[in-house]
Amino acid sequence: MEWLTTVDHKKIAVLYLVAGGMFFLIGGLEALLIRIQLMKPEFDFVPAHTFNELITMHGTTMIFLAAMPLIFALMNIAVPLQIGARDVAFPFVNALGFWMFFFGGLLLNLSWFLGGAPDAGWTAYAPLSGPDFGSNGVNFYVVGLQIAGLGTFIGGINMLATIVNMRAPGMSFMRMPMFVWTSFVTSIIILFCFPAITVGLVLLMFDRLFDANFFDVANGGNPVIYQHLFWIFGHPEVYILIIPAFGILSEVITTFSSKRLYGYSSMVFATVLIGFLSFMVWAHHMFTTGLGPVANSLFGVATMLIAVPTGIKIFNWIFTMWGGHIRFTTANLFAVAFIPTFVIGGVTGVMLASPPADFQYHDTYFVVAHFHYVIVGGLIFAVFAGLFYWWPKLFGRMLSETMGKWTFWLFFTGFHMTFFVQHFLGLMGMPRRVFTYLKGQGWDELNFISTIGAFLMAAGTIVFLVNIAVTARKPVGAPADPWDGRTLEWTIPSPPPEFNYAQIPLVRGLDALWVEKTEGNKEMVPSEPLGPIHLPSPTILPFLMSVGLFIAGFGFMYAGQHFDNGLAQALFNNYIVAGIGLALFFACMFIRSLFDDRGFHVEPEGLQEKGAKA
Amino acid sequence: MLARNRGWRFLPLAALFSLLLAGCDGVLNPQGPNARDQYDLIVLSFVIMVIVMVVVYSLFFFVIIRYRKRKGQTGYPEQVEGSYKLELTWTIIPFILLIVLAVPSVMDTFVYAKDYTKDKDTMHVKVTAHQFWWEFEYPDLGIRTAQDLVIPAGKRVSLEITSADVTHSFWIPELAGKMDANPGLVNKMYFSADHEGVYKGKCAELCGSSHALMDFKVVAKSKADFDAWIEQLKTPASISADAKQGEEIFKKKQCIACHAITPDQIGTGPNLAGFGDRQVVAGFRPHTAEWIEKWVKNPQEVKPGTLMPNLGLTDDEAKQVAKYLLELK
Ligand code: HEM
Ligand SMILES: [Cu+2]
Repeated sequence: MEWLTTVDHKKIAVLYLVAGGMFFLIGGLEALLIRIQLMKPEFDFVPAHTFNELITMHGTTMIFLAAMPLIFALMNIAVPLQIGARDVAFPFVNALGFWMFFFGGLLLNLSWFLGGAPDAGWTAYAPLSGPDFGSNGVNFYVVGLQIAGLGTFIGGINMLATIVNMRAPGMSFMRMPMFVWTSFVTSIIILFCFPAITVGLVLLMFDRLFDANFFDVANGGNPVIYQHLFWIFGHPEVYILIIPAFGILSEVITTFSSKRLYGYSSMVFATVLIGFLSFMVWAHHMFTTGLGPVANSLFGVATMLIAVPTGIKIFNWIFTMWGGHIRFTTANLFAVAFIPTFVIGGVTGVMLASPPADFQYHDTYFVVAHFHYVIVGGLIFAVFAGLFYWWPKLFGRMLSETMGKWTFWLFFTGFHMTFFVQHFLGLMGMPRRVFTYLKGQGWDELNFISTIGAFLMAAGTIVFLVNIAVTARKPVGAPADPWDGRTLEWTIPSPPPEFNYAQIPLVRGLDALWVEKTEGNKEMVPSEPLGPIHLPSPTILPFLMSVGLFIAGFGFMYAGQHFDNGLAQALFNNYIVAGIGLALFFACMFIRSLFDDRGFHVEPEGLQEKGAKA
Repeated sequence: MLARNRGWRFLPLAALFSLLLAGCDGVLNPQGPNARDQYDLIVLSFVIMVIVMVVVYSLFFFVIIRYRKRKGQTGYPEQVEGSYKLELTWTIIPFILLIVLAVPSVMDTFVYAKDYTKDKDTMHVKVTAHQFWWEFEYPDLGIRTAQDLVIPAGKRVSLEITSADVTHSFWIPELAGKMDANPGLVNKMYFSADHEGVYKGKCAELCGSSHALMDFKVVAKSKADFDAWIEQLKTPASISADAKQGEEIFKKKQCIACHAITPDQIGTGPNLAGFGDRQVVAGFRPHTAEWIEKWVKNPQEVKPGTLMPNLGLTDDEAKQVAKYLLELK
């Protein structure tokens, strides 16, 4: 119950972690099934249609239900702590964002048990996803992602408000830790790009559920519009994933090199620039759609430009380590390994940006290799780094380093085995999203290697789960500052008290804690006197609101369906179920606005002796 | 100086790359001008990227080896803010490298966008993609085929590509890059094959269950062979007495309702005129009586999700039909 009603950002981080981790495992399982099917030519492990459901659900799950939430988990852990805040700007909205994501994802995955999963690819291009060709599963896709997407959207706005408003005194923008900066830019991207997919999904939903004709050629629709809407969202989405990874990396590398970030201001500039450019390049996913040479050239060149700020970052990280005392903890292993891995993903990205060459690469395994280098080799490496880094802060227990190193080496080796060879498969003519391939094309060995690699990654992940289980049995006892950190979160106990900071600290420079350390101070200077701390009260409303949307989602999806059971028929076909769900949703909103919840106050005990100096 | 030095150093690498992959099929084995230009771009970008990687990797490995924390090392390293000059360097050099790639890329982009659909010296073909087969219409010659795109070697072929249902993508790795087949829109592209031969073609855009099996063949013939092929296609096939029974079944079982057997007619299924000369069954299986029988007996098993129904042919009927089909020349 405590977990259903919490509005504390640290607990919500844990919720995101658990839910995102669970979906990551589901997506990983789907990946393994895909790879088993492709292990041999003409293998009969899963049927063609199931295979298409698997790739669709794997891609959708990994992007929307695993990668994003894991990022949100880390943002929820670290951002408020790093800016010296007691919580996010709107704790209620934070909880609501989580529950919407969760129920949206749940709805999507229930499709496996309710007549089949979506099968049109994670991009769900119309008309394959439309009413004439897509299976019923696509309904789950459009409805589930709308609910989950709303959750992400409000979560992003909340982060934005938090970073703008809740920074501790003295923390100017140019003193924010890099992870806060990247969370900030990511949130801005979310703000601008989620509306695009929502429009795309709504139009598709209208086509599917209410017989509209937005993408139906026979009735004057245009399916290419869907592709634009999807990628106007979809491309920035990739940057939503990778930009926070850049931030995590900057934190971990600086801490474990004991050096400040090299070229902090150019890093900030590069981040903002990448965020901006991410909106200018969506059509590079559509070079073969037939947009014409002008559009292709412009989008091709714009895409190549992104390499410049990205390159700045790579060199700055290397020079951060230059002259440092590098400690190879597990967190740092993942962070350091990110660099060469991501460079491969980056250079293949530039190769893809040349439109005529992309006519050859597009929709082949070359692309599959490229984006897994970026997403897994970039983002997932960074998430591992971030988890090993912040785990003691969140749970007060240190993960085992020995098992951590096993995880790293298994995952790292498996990763390169799986995806490196796929570049060549693509160049040798293997298209993506194929459930089988014929013998004698020279693809057999490479596919086999790739599958073995996937199992190594799975083994690495299992070691990580064991590590978590073992660690959870240890007593809480991690030091406040286990890594000799530089930023504010390491000034408070692990795990932090509910209110984080008994007194909001005064920030006197970039890497606030480091500044104090070099001046010989043991602690931060507080910026306010000690006093009662105001906290918002827990509430079940966000949970219930999301349940409402969940029910409404089913109501709409099944409104046109035939049921043998007369009651079900009446309830669904008259939009009664949909109505009940929406009623629950709006009733919660109503209650929320009627009753003024003033929250409560806590006295930070045992800290009385320290008077305020500020 | 620096640039020349580098070029010299990476020339062997480029050579190695070509050597390593020369044996491979697909994109790396271009057999026509378009694919060759694309291959050249790929190699160019590859070389540039290897240069970048060598620089980054050398620095990277130097740093992680040289600066790892050693036993007994105490104190903190010097905190460096950054260096304006260095950062400017690694902003400008990538810029220059990108220009080297961008210029030929843009040039080729415009070259491929040339419209030859009205050109007299070009052969014109209208391509229509279906779930999960390809239809080829030669408007100037008044014929239609399916699955095998027969062309004269060395001649430029201009395509108008569209789709009858969902989005597909037309791709012949050894001859030319992809072009999407969008329902309701017509995309243009052109290509040619240097030599006679058979080239693999594929659908590259997820289009349903049997997307993976939506292959086709490009058959490049000499000018004379091509003309002979047209001639033969236009003359009605002479069916031997042996195969007459198959012909009966073909008509009785309503195969004919979907499949035309003269090259001038449209059907909802692939046109079967000249089927006896095809390279493949269903786009991807060997052109043998055995596979034809398998296909007509249970198309779903060969190609899941195909729109061709199972007509309930007996083994014997299937044999007869196969015999007949192989005589459609
Ligand atoms: C165990 C690790 C993984 C393996 C073995 C794996 C494998 C695969 C394979 C074989 C495909 C199908 C390619 C195709 O035929 O088109 C695929 C697609 C995809 N993967 Fe992964 N993957 C893994 C992890 C991830 C992760 C962590 C993410 C993102 C966070 C991800 C994102 C995607 C996406 C977006 C697609 C495209 C799906 C589509 O085509 O609709 N993958 N993956
Ligand atoms: Cu297709």
